[in-house]
This record gives sequence, structure tokens and C-alpha cells, in this order.
Amino acid sequence: MTDPPLEPEERSSIIRDSLGVGIATGAYGVGFGAVSVASGLSVAQTCALSLLVFTGASQFALVGVIAAGGAPISGALTAMLLGTRNTLYGLRLAPLLAWRGWRRALAAQVLIDESTAMSVTRESTPAARLGFLTTGISVFVLWNAATLAGAVAGNAIGDPRTYGLDAAVGAAFLALLWPRLTTRRNQLVAVAAAAVALGTVPLVPAGVPVLAAAAVALLAGVLTKDETR
Amino acid sequence: MIWVAVGITAIGCYLLKLAGLSVPPRVLERPLVERVADFIPVALLAALIAVQVFSHGHSLTIDARAVGLGVAVVLLVLRAPFLVVVFGAAVVAAVVRLL
Repeated sequence: MTDPPLEPEERSSIIRDSLGVGIATGAYGVGFGAVSVASGLSVAQTCALSLLVFTGASQFALVGVIAAGGAPISGALTAMLLGTRNTLYGLRLAPLLAWRGWRRALAAQVLIDESTAMSVTRESTPAARLGFLTTGISVFVLWNAATLAGAVAGNAIGDPRTYGLDAAVGAAFLALLWPRLTTRRNQLVAVAAAAVALGTVPLVPAGVPVLAAAAVALLAGVLTKDETR
Repeated sequence: MIWVAVGITAIGCYLLKLAGLSVPPRVLERPLVERVADFIPVALLAALIAVQVFSHGHSLTIDARAVGLGVAVVLLVLRAPFLVVVFGAAVVAAVVRLL
């Protein structure tokens, strides 16, 4: 790369912004830890998810399907479908980050919503890498520490229903969905998907209704005309 | 079984991330693929909310969890932070169960 090194001011501004996002996002981990043990996973399973899967919506999806009584495999499939958006983030970032070999293999683990948001708009490779790594690593460290704290606390308090933690799962999904409901077509997709899921609940094994709702996304993609958004 | 699901999810999600950084863009950068990929999180999250809040086993129910979801909507409209939304819904659902 022939990009010049970063100016000190730009450098510290990128680090400051990235750490801010990292701290705010990492704290969500408390919610995940508590919700996960409330859904019937052990503390070790909960921490393994945050360390190894490390993409929040997928982690919430897996424990959500298990909480609803679904087969863990249905949960894994749902989690992987949600993980496909990271592939698209990677496609956009690959030319900008320009990593190869083991650096690329390591960077892939922290390729998530936040690290993408803090690097995709940078104008040079050094700036993009700095934003990506500072955000990715700070979210990773804090998300895992917070997950452990939430899981231990959730485990210590006993029956989650007493504290309404089963209701927290739906609220967590809604908070993840909320920023995406800004367009009319996304609102329609959300309503249709919820209807498909509830309509199939009485008919198919638990966990499958959520996967059936993925068909709504496919259908909406095919039916939507390609207009600039 | 849960450990198996954790392992499959970990490997699958990592490979999805790595693929994005490794595959030549032309393979996946098509309008249809991008539209579907944008819709998938919306559809799955909406379905997860519906199933999580309004079903119990194979029947549809309305109970304290629905009240919790209503509280979450109000908190999101008020732009409350994530943790306030999640634990606010939990607290209200717990209180409703005590009544």
C-alpha cells in the first residue's frame, strides 16, 4: 500500500470514536449473558458462544430458538442465516482492508456490524484498518467480559421467569430489529415474517417457524424491483 | 446437543465472515443477493420476536411477555439504550406476573 501514514489528529479521532462504539456495544453482552442462561444454556456454553460465534444477533437467535423449545440445530441454522450479512460486509471491506494470510484469518473473527460501520467509510487503508481493529478488538474484549458477568449473575438468581427474563429475549430482538424498520418495505417484510412464523407455530416443530419466515426474505428479494435506496 | 449447535454455529459464522473477505466480489455482488441479504435479518428477527413472545409450545398465547414487548416498544420510541429496553421489559413482565 502506498497510502501515507495517518496524521496524529486523524489517528486519535478514529481511536476515540472506535473505543466509544466498542464500550457501548460491549455492554450489551450483559444482556446476552443473562438471556442465554435464562434460555437454558450453561455459563460455559454462553461464554463459548460469545468467544467463538461473536456476532450478536446470531447468538441471540440460537438461544432464542432453544428458549422456545426448538431443536438446537434449527437454532444453529437460524444463527447462520443471520450471519450471512457479515459476508456482505466482508465483500465491501476486503479491498479497503487489503489483508492477506493469517492477518485476514484473524480479522475475520471481528468482522461484525460495528467494526464494519467504523471502517467502511474511511478513505485510506491505514485509517480503515485502525477503525476496524480498534472497534473489533474493544467490542470483542468487552462483549466477552460482559457475557460472563451477565451469565454468572443470571445463573445466581434462579428461575428466570420470576424476573421476567424470558420477556427480555423478545425485547432484545426488537431492539436489534428497530433500526432496520425505517423503510416501508422492511416494515412489510417484518409483519409478513411474523405472520408466517405465528401461522406455522401450531403445525411444525419448534424452531422451524423462524426458518420458514426466512422464505419471506427470499420472496421479498425476488419481488422487489431494483431501485436505488 | 446444545454443544453441537454451538460448534456448528461457531464454525459456520466464522466461515461466513472469512468468505466475505476472501471471495472475489463478483461472485456475490448481485442486486438480488444483496436485497435478500438485507431482508434476511429483518424477517428472522421479526419471526423470532413473534415466536418468543406470542407462543408457548405449539399454541399461541398472550401473557406477561406481550406486556414486556409493549414496554420495549415505548422505550425504543423514547430512544432508551439497549440494556434499558431489555431489562425494562423484564422488570415489567415480572411485576405483571406478581399481580
